[in-house]
Amino acid sequence: MTDLYQSQRAMRQMRRQAMQRGVVAILDVGSSKIACLVLRFDGSGRLSEDGSIGALAGQSGFRVIGAATTRSRGVQFGEINAMQETERAIRTAVQAAQKMAEVRVDHVIACFSGANPRSYGLDSKLDLEGQVVSEHEVAQVLASCEVPEYGAGREVIHAQPVNFALDNRSGLGDPRGQMGQTLAVDMHMLTVDAIAVQNLVRCIQRCDLELAGIASSAYASGFSALVEDEQELGAACIDMGGGSTSISVFMKKHMIYADAVRLGGDHITSDISMGLGVPLTNAERIKTFCGGVHATGADDRDMIDIGGDTGDWEHDRRTVSRAELIGIMRPRVEEILEEVRTRLDAAGFEYLPSQQIVLTGGSSQIMGLDGLASRILGQQVRLGRPLRVHGLPQSATGPGFASAVGLCLFAAHPQDEWWDFEMPASRHPAGTLGRAVRWFRDNW
Amino acid sequence: MQPLKGRFRRRSGGGEGRADPAPSRLKYRLQRWMLTPGIRFGLRIGVPFCLIFAAGSAYLADETRRAALQGLVSDARAAIEERPEFMVNVMAVDGAGASVAQDIREVVPADFPVSSFDLDLERIRDVITGLDPVKTARVRIRPGGILQVDVEERVPVLIWRSREGLALLDENGIHVAELGRRNLHPNLPLIAGKGADQHAAQALRLFAAAKPLGPRLRGLVRVGERRWDVVLDRKQRIMLPAEQPQRALERVLAVSEVQDLLERDVAAVDMRLAGRPTVRMTENSVENWWRIRQLNGGGQ
Repeated sequence: MTDLYQSQRAMRQMRRQAMQRGVVAILDVGSSKIACLVLRFDGSGRLSEDGSIGALAGQSGFRVIGAATTRSRGVQFGEINAMQETERAIRTAVQAAQKMAEVRVDHVIACFSGANPRSYGLDSKLDLEGQVVSEHEVAQVLASCEVPEYGAGREVIHAQPVNFALDNRSGLGDPRGQMGQTLAVDMHMLTVDAIAVQNLVRCIQRCDLELAGIASSAYASGFSALVEDEQELGAACIDMGGGSTSISVFMKKHMIYADAVRLGGDHITSDISMGLGVPLTNAERIKTFCGGVHATGADDRDMIDIGGDTGDWEHDRRTVSRAELIGIMRPRVEEILEEVRTRLDAAGFEYLPSQQIVLTGGSSQIMGLDGLASRILGQQVRLGRPLRVHGLPQSATGPGFASAVGLCLFAAHPQDEWWDFEMPASRHPAGTLGRAVRWFRDNW
Repeated sequence: MQPLKGRFRRRSGGGEGRADPAPSRLKYRLQRWMLTPGIRFGLRIGVPFCLIFAAGSAYLADETRRAALQGLVSDARAAIEERPEFMVNVMAVDGAGASVAQDIREVVPADFPVSSFDLDLERIRDVITGLDPVKTARVRIRPGGILQVDVEERVPVLIWRSREGLALLDENGIHVAELGRRNLHPNLPLIAGKGADQHAAQALRLFAAAKPLGPRLRGLVRVGERRWDVVLDRKQRIMLPAEQPQRALERVLAVSEVQDLLERDVAAVDMRLAGRPTVRMTENSVENWWRIRQLNGGGQ
């Protein structure tokens, strides 16, 4: 537990340093592409006094000055499986973004989608000493949450207080200074495989960069693709990437559930490749240009050259009708959406007051996906694109960049996490001396 | 198993396989290094500066090159300074008499023709105003290469006779010139005595007051560096007080007007004490007076 506090705080410290220097890089390590954005912080654009989000959705504080994407290599299902290749891909992206920004970046905030994210809900209750909730007591109630056995080889990457309750009043955003007898907290904790995180950290260090933060891409894309009222009322963001599809459920502007399905656009491509007997690159091209999930009568007559480079003239001049292509793609898309449906059902999504579902990510651009998704996931489905941020090039505004843009917002306005609160004395490993120092700090 | 290396070939490696877009580690580091602000600044400014500095020092390390460079600079400077546009050929002196003009020409430290860059006008002016007969001087270089000196001479108003001889003074008592003989300036009033030149203005006022005496007035004598004596012919003296000598003189003149005091055989009129003016008669007249009193019957 203490270990977690320290590593996460070290990252926070690094992030603060990066903000002071004014330049930080955002790295989205996906299965099909690696995106790198370079942000410059101007220092302005803090949230206004009453906590409301001002003009430009509170993102006037930073600007994207460099953006680059490269084909991802050595990443499968959102996890690194060939480190050398991934490192080279990261180098490519970072170099191109640096060149565009004309500035050297040393700090990187990264996100990844795989590594089996698992959500836990924690809660805790504390009898207050006085009548008024103090910051110390908030920290204490957070620290007294019972951490479940999440297993060896797993690591916590997000642990956010989601809800505070004072006596019988629930839904408090900030209980400090309020009157009451007992303080209760609900927390959402996300764990991932430690190996995947360590591999990513190692890759980034090998590129001479410092890791200033790490996030789950489910969280990041929900941050950017959901609009404010969806985040408030409850919505699920489904980020359909290349190797994995990540799900995040938001409620009252907090992520309350995240999960990932290890299926994505790459599987559709490989289905096409296998079904039609064409190379993967051809299959990818056919999928993006002609793909769809709803066959109509016209599609039977719409013939597609599928090509090939075997040298056999007959083989290389094959054509298929678009209806056949849709027949290959649709079962796989349905499978992905069914899998998402199961995960959402398991999470109890149907009990939320609003059941908006937002599809984003590169694979959400398949034509007719929203129609199919509304048949499987429910009526309230829309396609989401990331928010607009300052200076983002046009080429990086598509749904495939939802998690990169979300990470920009995360870098500019991070939510309070568990480790941002003061660790109470009982958790301190130090003995009497540490306690004395702490007593002095509290009382003087 | 497929070879671990060579899934992506380098672009230069041949046509087989796909080109690897990734930069090599060295290239990546080099680019990052070049993007570092300090390094960029150093390369853009520091390196050229150091190169130029090193080249300059290496060139100037040789004595003969340094001398040649200095010669070149001084030659260029001389070539510009000695252009006819900058040469001064003549000095014109205005507002001074012939002898003073001669003096000025002698003292000005310049041998014409000379470049105007070498003339120190401030110093020339100081030298000229250092001459006694010159009150003020203005020095400038007129177009056409003429050094124009405008001089205002001091006007002598007094002659001062001291142990060193005769001197001409202006109205402030400042020395103008030596005077060989008195009769070169017969109409200027004469003063004498130590420290008389310090009070030339007062002397001039006394001379103005003594106008009625006409040609009888010989001059003023400063006595004890304190007060004036008016010296008339027939060795008569009017001794004036240190305070308000002009009023005392006017009183004596008024008395003389009415009583013909100064026409009589009086040796001195002593006005040093304002409450007790005293008349001293000559020895001759005193004896005469005594004889007349005896002739008149011993006073009875």
